[in-house]
Amino acid sequence: MRELVIIGGGAAGLSAAVSAYDSGIRDILIVERAPELGGILNQCIHNGFGLHTFNEELTGPEYAGRFITEVLERKIEYRLNAMVIDVQPHLVTYVSSEGIVTEETKAIILAMGCRERPRGALNTPGYRPAGIFSAGTAQRLMNIEGYKVGSRVVILGSGDIGLIMARRLTLEGAKVLAVAEIMPYSGGLKRNIVQCLDDYSIPLYLSHTVTEIRGKRRVEGVTIAKVDERRRPIPGTEMDFDCDTLLLSVGLLPENELSLKAGAALSPVTGGPVVDDTLSTDIDGVFAAGNVLHVHDLVDYVSEEAAIAGRNAASYILSGSHSEDKVKVIPGNGVRYTVPQYIKRNAGSVTIRFRVSDVFSNATIAVREGENVLKRIKKRVLAPGEMEKVALPGPQYNEEIGIEVEV
Amino acid sequence: MKRELTCISCPLGCQISVEMEDGNIISVTGNTCPRGERYARQEVLDPRRTVTSTVETEDSIHRRLPVKTVPEIPKDSIFPVMNEIRKQCVTPPVSIGDVIVHDIAGTGSDLVATGNLTE
Repeated sequence: MRELVIIGGGAAGLSAAVSAYDSGIRDILIVERAPELGGILNQCIHNGFGLHTFNEELTGPEYAGRFITEVLERKIEYRLNAMVIDVQPHLVTYVSSEGIVTEETKAIILAMGCRERPRGALNTPGYRPAGIFSAGTAQRLMNIEGYKVGSRVVILGSGDIGLIMARRLTLEGAKVLAVAEIMPYSGGLKRNIVQCLDDYSIPLYLSHTVTEIRGKRRVEGVTIAKVDERRRPIPGTEMDFDCDTLLLSVGLLPENELSLKAGAALSPVTGGPVVDDTLSTDIDGVFAAGNVLHVHDLVDYVSEEAAIAGRNAASYILSGSHSEDKVKVIPGNGVRYTVPQYIKRNAGSVTIRFRVSDVFSNATIAVREGENVLKRIKKRVLAPGEMEKVALPGPQYNEEIGIEVEV
Repeated sequence: MKRELTCISCPLGCQISVEMEDGNIISVTGNTCPRGERYARQEVLDPRRTVTSTVETEDSIHRRLPVKTVPEIPKDSIFPVMNEIRKQCVTPPVSIGDVIVHDIAGTGSDLVATGNLTE
């Protein structure tokens, strides 16, 4: 029997492997479906990664390279071109050129990452012409495969990937006509708004969405319109753009088909497994970290979180103990979700990550245990696009922990 | 002359106004911390950016090699640098950190590999 199988060799899987190794586990296997380690970082050739972890600004492939080196130095075993098709408690089954292999293992770390929300989830009317890409697919086609995806482009969604692709397409000679965002604010980082849109005079239309896609074989144009506060298009505000390409940057979804097969409880808000402070799911010996757990905005936080999962998986493997005595963490006013959702009563110090549900300025984050205020943190600005965290000292948690925004 | 900037130093994103006269800064307003003023001065007097892109490859399983400019180049040089990047073609082996072009487009910056290239 193996000690630890990690599903996914991207940012989360690599960091979890290194930390499990450094916590005393030697028998580790990383299973990766792509032909190389590094995951989505390999196609994220822009810079801005690693400011928290390495104190310098790296590109995606460089950031992945640092962790791959750590994995290779420790001689941690990994399998490439291997697709996990089933996870059960203490069992991982994958398909590769060797055929179908089932590994029996003491612990499992889920690190499958996330995928993009597709066009089908948007209900935008029109035919299904060529030229509609999710932003990440376009990124892969350009940066890995070396293809040009289009000449005149409209981008729906102002998340960071959409913004990064607006600049990338512009540098490669395409004309980006508009970025439309249905919300009244951008989900992307300020830095990306300035350096990807403003630098190239690309207009950002807030509270706008795509209402029509024209073209039968290839996209010929799209219409965008302003939306009201309930996100319904307002007649008479339509703008037509002649374009051959529409990129969709409309959100990321944790990829949890395997977690569901394993029987893990998922949170309807994060789309990822429900976990406690050790990042253990509700299935014995199955841990989760990174974008499979909840979508992050910075890879540094993925690495940090995955290291916690690696450490806890190691201590689970070595000691086997699994306390069931937990308190719940409740997202209150203005807080959309928290990870973890549970804390063990004897957990010691714990970091809770969370997202707010709206933009707040000059607000206070209040953390309570029952009625008792543990912490009040003043924040000049809070936005849904920026993950927040709060550290609790412990050592004991006796009542439910509540986190809310006070305005 | 007035320049309007969005500060990128933190999520607050202050709108900063910089009053200019004959290429000199007269005043910086709208920032709420010293980082904002530093950002605004740099951005108005000598804006710089890191350009990241890919170059063509030959004899490799990888079709593109990712690259970046080190150190940052003047913002005005972005498109001249892209034109130079487009002319490059590399063959393996290349390792992260290898210089692909010295002093690219006369910027004084190097074009550096950010990925490994194998056969």
